[in-house]
Parts: sequence; C-alpha cells; structure tokens
Amino acid sequence: MPDIPPPENAPPETPRLPARFADWFAARGWQPRAHQLELLRLAGSGRSALLVAPTGAGKTLAGFLPSLVALAGAGRGTSTARGEARGLHTLYVSPLKALAVDIARNLETPIAEMGLDIRVETRTGDTPAHKRTRQIARPPDILLTTPEQLSLLIAHREAADLFADLRCVVLDELHALVTSKRGDLLSLALARLHRLSPALTAIGLSATVREPDELRKYLVPQARPAAAEDDPEPPAPLPAPSMAELVVVRGGAAADLRMLDTGLRLPLAGHTAWQSMPAIYALIRQHRTVLVFVNTRLQAEYTFQELWRLNDDVLPIALHHGSLDATQRRRVEAAMAAGQLRAIVCTATLDLGIDWGDVDLVINIGAPKGASRIMQRIGRANHRMDEPSKAYLVPGNRFEMLECQAALDAVEEAAQDTPDARLGAPDVLAQHVLGMACADAFDPLRLYEEIVSAAPYAGLPWEEFEQVVDYVATGGYALRAYERFAKILRGPDGLWRVRDARVAQQYRMNVGTIIEATKVKVRLARALRGRPGTVLPKTGRVLGEIEEDFAETLTVGDTFLFAGEVLRFEGLAEDEAMVTKAGPGTDPAIPSYAGAKFPLSTFLAARVRALIADPFAWDRLPRQVSDYLLQQRRRSILPGPRDLLVETFPRGGRFYLTAFPFEGRLAHQTLGMLLTRRLERARLRPLGFAANDYGIAIWTSRDVSERIGLSPGFLEDLFAQDMLGDDLEAWLDESAMMKRTFRQCAVIAGLIERRYPGQKKTGRQVTISTDLIYDVLRKHQPDHLLLRAARQDAATGLLDVKRLGMMLQRIQGRIIHKALDRVSPLSVSVMLEIGRERVYGEGADEILAEAEALLLEEALA
Amino acid sequence: MALGQRLEKTTKAPGLRLAGETLTLDRCGGLWLEAHRTLIVSDLHLEKGSAYAVRSGQFLPPYDTRETLACLHEAVARFDPACVVALGDSFHDARGPERLEPGDRAMVAALQDGRDWVWIAGNHDAAVHEGVGGRYAETLSLGGLTLRHEPRIGAPEGEIAGHLHPCGKVAMRGRTVRRRCFVGDGHRLIMPAFGAYTGGLNVRNAAFDPLFPNGFTAHLLGDGRVFTIGRTMLVRD
Repeated sequence: MPDIPPPENAPPETPRLPARFADWFAARGWQPRAHQLELLRLAGSGRSALLVAPTGAGKTLAGFLPSLVALAGAGRGTSTARGEARGLHTLYVSPLKALAVDIARNLETPIAEMGLDIRVETRTGDTPAHKRTRQIARPPDILLTTPEQLSLLIAHREAADLFADLRCVVLDELHALVTSKRGDLLSLALARLHRLSPALTAIGLSATVREPDELRKYLVPQARPAAAEDDPEPPAPLPAPSMAELVVVRGGAAADLRMLDTGLRLPLAGHTAWQSMPAIYALIRQHRTVLVFVNTRLQAEYTFQELWRLNDDVLPIALHHGSLDATQRRRVEAAMAAGQLRAIVCTATLDLGIDWGDVDLVINIGAPKGASRIMQRIGRANHRMDEPSKAYLVPGNRFEMLECQAALDAVEEAAQDTPDARLGAPDVLAQHVLGMACADAFDPLRLYEEIVSAAPYAGLPWEEFEQVVDYVATGGYALRAYERFAKILRGPDGLWRVRDARVAQQYRMNVGTIIEATKVKVRLARALRGRPGTVLPKTGRVLGEIEEDFAETLTVGDTFLFAGEVLRFEGLAEDEAMVTKAGPGTDPAIPSYAGAKFPLSTFLAARVRALIADPFAWDRLPRQVSDYLLQQRRRSILPGPRDLLVETFPRGGRFYLTAFPFEGRLAHQTLGMLLTRRLERARLRPLGFAANDYGIAIWTSRDVSERIGLSPGFLEDLFAQDMLGDDLEAWLDESAMMKRTFRQCAVIAGLIERRYPGQKKTGRQVTISTDLIYDVLRKHQPDHLLLRAARQDAATGLLDVKRLGMMLQRIQGRIIHKALDRVSPLSVSVMLEIGRERVYGEGADEILAEAEALLLEEALA
Repeated sequence: MALGQRLEKTTKAPGLRLAGETLTLDRCGGLWLEAHRTLIVSDLHLEKGSAYAVRSGQFLPPYDTRETLACLHEAVARFDPACVVALGDSFHDARGPERLEPGDRAMVAALQDGRDWVWIAGNHDAAVHEGVGGRYAETLSLGGLTLRHEPRIGAPEGEIAGHLHPCGKVAMRGRTVRRRCFVGDGHRLIMPAFGAYTGGLNVRNAAFDPLFPNGFTAHLLGDGRVFTIGRTMLVRD
C-alpha cells in the first residue's frame, strides 16, 4: 500500500484549517482554538503530542482534528474514492467502553455536516463476531476501542497488515489510564504499534496533571527500536525523541468551590454527613441538575435513602454505582442525558465519562481524598470551559473539614496529586509476551528492544525479560517439570512460537488486567406467606450484584441496604442471593459491603499536616475545627508539618498509644500490624489496634508510657525503618491481603484461568484455591516471578508499603512523644474507629475457638 | 482485631471413640491410632499439579507433591508409626506414580523404610501403583474399624473413609473461616484431604446428608489445634 503523505508537507508558521473545516467552524459560530490548531500542526509534521486541558476545552475534537483533516485531504475526500481497500488510519483508545461509543456518535456530526467520506466504527466486547472479522478484513478509517480490545488486536495474526498504515493513535483520559496495570498493558500495545507503523503519531489527551513529563514519555518510544533487516526504509534521520510535545490549555474560568458549612456541630468520626442532608436537598431544589458524588457504595445507598426521606417534592433523584444491575445503570444514564433527573447520587463510576451538558452543580460528600480527583469531579459540572463550575464539598466529620479546606487550597492553586509513574508489572508483561507469540513468531532480542521502548518497562533488565519468557513457556519453576508441555517453543531458527491453537485461545480468554471480585446476583424473591422463611426462588427481578465475600457473611434474616432499599437476606440459591424487601421502618443491620474506598493522597495529607501546624491558617477553617485544634494544643501538643505526634495514656484499665502520620488508612493498617508485632516482642502485650486515614491507636495491657520513660530511644526503635525488613516479610507471608494480591497477579499472568460472571461453580471445587498455590510456592520457590509481582503490587496497592517507608524516613528524629493522663482531642478521632474496622484474615483460630465455645455452652445448657 | 484473645497454642488433640477404638485427630489432618501404632492419612492427591499441566496446560507450581510429603514426614516423625495407611486417592491420577520426581520418589521410600505401608484403592487411583513400594488393599480392618476410601451408606459402625474432602465454615462477627475438617457422628468418621492442592466440599452439602442422618460434629483443623464445632455453627458456602 502506498504511503500517504501528510496533508501539509511544509506546515505554515500559523497553521490554517482547510477551507471545508474553516467553513464548518464558522457555520457553527466557532473559532478553532489555539490548542486545536497547534495539535494539527504538530501531528501534521509527524510529531506526537500530549494535550493537557481542563474539561470543556474541546479536547476530543482537538485530538481527532489532525486525522479528520488528513483523511479529508489527499484525494480521500470524495465518495468515489471508496472501492479499493484502505488501511486503518486512526485508532482511538478510551478507558471506558461507553465513552468510545459516545465519541463515535459525536464524530458523526462533523463528518456528516462536512460531507467527509470517513468511516468510523467502534470495537468493544459487545461487537458481534461477524463485524469483528470484517473490521480486520476491511478496516474503517477510524476505530474506537478500549485497551483490552487493542491487546487482542495486536495479538491477531493479521495485526502487522492491519496496522501497517496506521498514522495516528489517540489515547483519551490518559492520566486515568497510566497509573494502573491497564496502563502497563496499553504501553506495551503502544510499543507494538510504533514498531508496526514507524510513522505513527501518538496523541494523548489528559486532564491537568502534576507530572506531564511522565505522560509525554509514555507516548513515544524510549529507545529507538532496532531497524528490521527486511525494512526497506532506512531509519528516520532524527533520533527518536524521548518525550512527546506538550500542549497546555490554561485554566478556563476558576471553579466556584466551597465547603458546605451548615453551622451544625460535626462529629469527630463517621463519614455519612447525615447532618448535612437537609442542606443538600435544599441545594438540589435550587439547581437544575446535581451530581452528588460519594466515596463508597454504602455511602451512596445511605445518601440516596436519606434524600428520598426528605424528598417531599418527589424530585427525580436517582442512584448510580458499580454494583447495580447494568440495565438499571444504563436507564439512569439515559434519563440523565435526556435531562429528566434533578440529581444522581453516584460513586467513582461517574468520575470519567460521557458529557452531560446540563449539570449545574456538583456536590462531593465525605473527604475529597485527593486534589486531582476532586478537580475531575468538579469538572463534571458545566462542561463549558468559559463558565465556572460550581461545587460544594460536604465534610462528614471535623477531620474531613480539615481535608476539605486543604483540597480547597489545592484547587485554588491548581495543585495536583496524581500518583507517580509506574514501574511496569511483570505479570502484565507475561500476558503480553504470550500475546505476541500468538501474533507471530518472535525474536527475543527484538521483542526485548520493543518492550523497553515502553516507558513503564524502560528499565527492565534483559535477565528479567528472560525470566518472563521462561515463565510463559513452562511456568518459570526451578524444578523443570513442564518442559514437555511448553506453551511457547523456541524453534531451530531461534524464534519463539505459540504451541497450538488451544494456547492462543487461552490467551484470548484471559486478556486484560481488570480482575473483578467474584460477585453474586441479588434477586428479589417472593416470600411464601404461609411458611415464614421460605421463598420462591427465581421469581423476582435482579437488583444488582454484591461481592461473594460479603454474601458469604450474611445469614438468613440479616438486613442490609442495597439498590436504595432495605433488603432482607433469605438465602443463597445456586449463585444468587435471594432477598425480600424488609418491612417499612426496618434498620439495616449489616453495616457494610465492600466498595471503593480511596486512601488520602500523599499530597493532600501533607497539606492537612501543614494546616494543623499553622495557627495563622486556622481562620480559614470553620470555627468548630479551630476550637478543636486549640483544645488539642491546650491538652497535648500540635505537631509540626514534618513531625510525628505519639501520645500515650491509660484508659479503662488498658494503655493506649496513638500516632498521627496522616498517610492514609492502608499504610496505617500495615503500620498497625507491624507495630503490634514489635510491641509483642517488647512484652508490652498489645491487644489490638484501629486505624483511619489520619492515625492509629494501639492498646496494650502493659504501660507503654512507663516503658518509654524508662528506656530512652524506645519510641525511635519502635518506629525505626528496619520495621520494613524482617517484620514486614514475616507478616506479608501470612497476610490475607497479600494472598488476594497474588491471586490477581496469577490471573493476569495466566497461571490460573479467570472465572467469568455467570459461570457456574460445581459442587466440588474443581479449581485449586490460589491460597493453596501461594502457600506452596512461597515455601518452595520464594523468588518466583509471580511472588515478585505480588510484592511489587503490595508496595503501592493494598498495603501501601512504599508510602509507609517514606513516612518512616520522614519522621526520623522527629517523633514527639506526649504522655497524658487521659485521651486527647486528636486521639478521640481514631479511638472512635475501634470496633468499627475489621482486619481480614488474621486470627482464624480465635474465630474457631469462639464457635467451639458455643458448642460447649450448648452441651452444658 | 483482638489479639488479647490469643489462645494457648496446644498440640493436644481431641480424642474420639469409635467402635471401641480410641482415635486421635491430629491438626495435620491425620488420624492416629495409638493402640495399633497406625497413622491414617487420606486423599494425598500426589502429582495433582502436574496432572493439570497434562490435562489443561496450566502450570501450577510443581511442588505440591514434596509439600504433601513434607507434611506427612513431619507427622511420621512425631508419631513414629509402625504402619501408615493412605486411604485412597493417594495419586491424583493413574499416571501420577510415573511422573514422580526422583527426589520425591526417594522421599516416599524413606517414609516407608522400617514400617508397614498400605495404599488403599481410591477412585482416582484404582489401579495398583508401580514402583512406589508398600502393599495394596481395597479395604483394611483394624480392630473394630473398617478403613475404605469411599464411605458406604448403611455400612456398619466403625467406618473410616475419605473421598469427600470435608470442609467446615464458620461465620462470626462479619468474618468467615473455612477449614478442612474431620466429620463424624459416633458411627463413622470421614477424614479431611491431606494433599497440598486438595480443595474441600462443605459439610453442609447434600452429599453428607445420607451419611449422617442424625447430624454430625465437625473437627476443624485450626492453625494451632483442632476445634470441635457443632453442626448448627457451620454455614454453607
């Protein structure tokens, strides 16, 4: 296929739109924006670019403009040119399937109005098989898809042909993608695209981020790929740039953002913000359409329930979260798009996504947890850049007031807390390597060069790549038990090939990095009137799904909040949880089911610490918070911004130690586990601990204050960095969270197969539990690739070890101890968490002993 | 979490009477008959990992056999039995013995050295094992006890069997603990699976009903000891 030159070989200094486009803009009363023209110029001269812009800046159109202009020019504008097969010109990748579909619809308008002969199609998990086949044989000009579908495409046998003429790839919401394993997978796919089509231009679209350079590196190859022997073209004369160009659109109108202060006294703990519900309802009444964001599904259920209790005007208020039935969610989205709703209570499921023009207010209940997240959410209101977005932050307790104030300050300064760039995960790489073998025989050296051109894998040593290949081939075990069954084989020509079609099929079934918790459907059942406790299964509609883990803890008769109602659990039937509606006035008895809960971002945590340390800043805080801080200063001490405050005090016959690192719940839970181990060794007899986003409390049966007084350096040793050595190792080995992390790595890397929703469990478990596999592997090959992958995840994921390490370093020589005779105001906040939190997977014997004791009671009764 | 309730760790196992014999339920999942100096273990499923590689191309860590044998070695060292009975499904499939790694094969031989060793036939490994020592039997009688792999409905008192891989699950205070267990009713006892990769069938599954028409008691393998749990405290999966 002939190379199609870019439309403007010598771009003018001030880029101009082709007449057809200029007319179209004019007809709509629009001016092309500077960043749209800039992107056109850069792409026209073959340079990749990152566009950083706030919502409403016309980002998406800017991303597609170069492709539309190119496709309209070069003799492709008339419909008579159709007939001979054209290659795929532009690929668009979005984190959300729905977003891809929506963008496709939005592109149709300019294409139709300008009369362009450009074919746009989507390819998602819902695309029918015949259409998929046709898309390979006769690709559209522009294909919109998701990272997982892209991975499948590049693993296709026809991939080299399909992408040979690809000129442009547009990566939307790049900031949201790069911080996860999905981002790792996408980076590897992008590296492959750059190799298949060396003239490719990558355009990244992103909201405002702290480190745009990380995204700029992500877009372009990090080292020049080795020139292929069969490539007739000499490599480009310019050395490959290591960073894409940067185009930044500054601010738009400043957001009109406030903290909702009802004047009511807030509690010291708790996140429901029940005091503020009447005020929130009043705001909904005063606005056209309101998005009410909350942090967890439980909170969403609660807020929805409370708002409807107040809803005397019967305003259309809807609920949207990840556990609800998909058709239910689609209905809510459609009603929203049609302007039929006055408010939606929603979780992070609506953080990204489809543009709903009519939202005029965003309310965020609970702590913001991160400055970038809050800005993204605020941006969901008023999707026009020139008008200010209006938003309220609603704190649930006095600490959250501090956090809200810190977030307000951050937004004011447009400061960001996007996480650091990732180190590419080995399990993702293993999946990719198998995919590449499915596409074609590969030369290991050449594949290695390609992989290290992807920014997250740029530092990957050759030896580790070899280990990954070994893992893919035979499992990577020191005991060479599986040589005869190898999934990929090295031929006499030195190339690796996939063993057979079955292995390729396994790869296709396993692609992707999103591991969903196993869920069971929640179905309304009809209770039999004559026989209490008996239900007719399969009679009612499905309300949504809950995590299997949660369903397993329910016993018949338990009540819980779900889908906006109080439900009564009636039992499990096959893979469904049968429920009935609880009688009116019933309180939900079971407190929670799992749902997203974000830890406080490092960046916001530092701001909260600074706020506490600076009394001059307190006049910006609500009076009840500054009073509270004053009390703390009177009764104990307020730590400096880099200090760690440790308080010890007796209470109710026990001794307490509290500490306030402000590093988020996950890091604190890990810290709590490790400190408890150390206190036990110091014979202080720790009894338990509780943690929240701000601090931890540990209680012991021996006097900690006394020990600190008697042995100088005790506290410093307790919080010493070597905690992350042997103690961490010993705990990690047993930790249930580590096992969960391992399971995810094992699925991604293809060691065990995914369980699909709806797939029935057989009575006798045929799958081997990953916990058993973990235990055996840990004992016999502790340095195995998948254990390394799990450890790498633990550093940043559920255990947040990395953050803990940074904290321990920060506080060296900065521990301030205060021995008190009773609990301080600051400590009360974390003490209130006691009994509320549960730590998974520890102390199984205690649970068993309790059950055993009940049998004894029964026997003695 | 309440570390304060940490219990005294004890290896003292509950004793149980069955058909006039005294049985010791060990936390490793084995059954010790002091009077006969006999150790019984059930459902070792050796070479289960490699069976997956053969059948479905899944490369599970190939260390399950040595792990299972190491646990068995630990129990043998503790009890020093005159006889070891493997109560069926000792290998995951009939070709399992062929796939034994040389080191694991030597370990089996070392365990058998100086004692009687009986492989009871199972449904996974009905055929006689070649080259792994020991003797073979369909069933074995020991005092008033009958040892067989698969429990028989209507068997007379004193049956000890495996096959079902019983597991018990306890739900308390929002947490669940699921463990392998012995399950018995004073008439028969079903043993937990011993193998490193063997999963379990919940004792509340209907498969157990005809075997225990008058209810049962489960003995769950905890980390430190065996816990005796009443049927009413056990929940379904």
